[in-house]
Amino acid sequence: MILIYSDNKNNSLELLGKGRKLADQVKNRVLAVIIGNAGEPEAKELIAFGADTVVIAETDMEHFKAEEYADILQSIINEYNCETVMIGSNKNGKELAPRLAARMETGCVTDCINVSLEGEKLTVERIVFSGAAISRQQFASDIQILTIPPKAFYPPPKDEARTGEVIKKSYQPNSYASKVLRVQEMKSGDVNVEDAEIIVSCGRGLKKKEDIRLLEELAETLRGNTIGCSRPIAADLKWLSEDHWIGLSGHKVKPKLYIACGISGQIQHIAGMRDSAIIVAINRDSEAPIFKSADYGIVGDLYTVVPALTKAIKEEMSS
Amino acid sequence: MNIIVCAKLAADVSEITIDPATGKPVLQGVPKIISDIDKSAVEEAIRIREKCGGKVTTVTIGPPEAKEKIKPLLAMGADEAVLISKPEKEDYSIVAKLLSEAIKKVGNYDIILCGEASIDLFSGQVGPQIAGYLNIPQVTYAQVIIAEEKKVIVERNLSDKVVVIESTFPVLISVTKEINKPRLPNLMQIMQSAKKPIHEWSIESLGIGELSPKVEVVGIDGVPTERKNIILEGEVEETATELAETLAKEGIF
Repeated sequence: MILIYSDNKNNSLELLGKGRKLADQVKNRVLAVIIGNAGEPEAKELIAFGADTVVIAETDMEHFKAEEYADILQSIINEYNCETVMIGSNKNGKELAPRLAARMETGCVTDCINVSLEGEKLTVERIVFSGAAISRQQFASDIQILTIPPKAFYPPPKDEARTGEVIKKSYQPNSYASKVLRVQEMKSGDVNVEDAEIIVSCGRGLKKKEDIRLLEELAETLRGNTIGCSRPIAADLKWLSEDHWIGLSGHKVKPKLYIACGISGQIQHIAGMRDSAIIVAINRDSEAPIFKSADYGIVGDLYTVVPALTKAIKEEMSS
Repeated sequence: MNIIVCAKLAADVSEITIDPATGKPVLQGVPKIISDIDKSAVEEAIRIREKCGGKVTTVTIGPPEAKEKIKPLLAMGADEAVLISKPEKEDYSIVAKLLSEAIKKVGNYDIILCGEASIDLFSGQVGPQIAGYLNIPQVTYAQVIIAEEKKVIVERNLSDKVVVIESTFPVLISVTKEINKPRLPNLMQIMQSAKKPIHEWSIESLGIGELSPKVEVVGIDGVPTERKNIILEGEVEETATELAETLAKEGIF
């Protein structure tokens, strides 16, 4: 059995896309897990997207906690003899999977961007060295646990006619000496850089917070409206909230057009935007590494280049 | 308060180059440094000790030469260091198992700290695996830690929300790079750190039997980065117009 679990619905469907393909290759079945109090319709939807069995693990827990969730998944893995366990790679999934692997003394690989069978061996690929290389890894353990980042795979086509089994069962995990006191939503301006088609991004070249306006004008002209940034702007200066942050520890994006303004191009930033279709770099320093990762570059001060570009694009669009 | 910090000797990614002939990264001769997020974990440990008292011990896996890389952590303020010899083969689980056994050998631990991930492989596995092996609570991606005598309150940063978690001891906490700015030791501290102990422990001394990897690396390839690298030159207005025209041709508008 191939088990898939994510606390994010879209990610669950993407996992089903890959899980179903792998299962079909070896005539295996796919088991999707929902933890919490979900209803029949949610389970039926996972079946329509490729699951053979859906286990709704009912608990009285209000919030995600890796310790208890790992216990629940371990029970399900043992109960249904699951060999491959695919977990969505958000921050919850990334702390859940390795803990589960240690509890079960089995192998785990996080952030797999590719999953395939080579002979009988499950083979995965993940980005290493801040985006400079891809490491290909094979499991040597009987049970394989992997996490899959969002958008690595496509959801399978929905088939309302598919049938499957829905099992509701309550689970009592062990109790642990930690508890969630509260959850605070972070302030965000409804930004979703991961889905944006056009991103104008800023870095240390920006002198003050108010100057983000220059980039906003460019983004609006491009009908993009999405502003991204490198680490210092979000993490150190806090001029933008973290949902604008693009990079290895921030968000990974793949827009049609990425315009990097005053970003030097640290390898950690490149790791977040390297999948963009077209990359434009504007930087004062002709030696800045960003130019090596760009399709088009303009060496110059963003304070003169960005307004000029906004104007030129307006003219181009109206011509 | 006994605090143990796992500090990884990681490849310095800024020194990795790509061999133009093979397209593969050149890993030989790349210097190893203590992963910078782990330095934030050491800093946090020292701050907790400054508030609550106790002792900070760092644990690292590496060859004997790694002692030189550990000394700066002692100069920052860690009290003692443990250097575990490098196993012949390693994967995430072997590393986590070795560190867990070393942590047990140090003993009597309240808080185990590590970075959210290492700068070179960025898998983020080792913290949660150690917590799993020791079967203790874990809190990952900590951006704030408030330690008290018998418990700790931690803010977990999940990008779109903050989850505040309370735990008694022992607990494993992985920190983000943003949690603090690691201090730079002064000359006096660097000199004094020479007297602090670095214990070298063999794998046998940890009482671990045979360690077989559960995951094996079968290949490392460069990431194809074919970009046009066209630099537009000239007056600002000209280059801006040229770029706008080019983007129009690319079908962006």
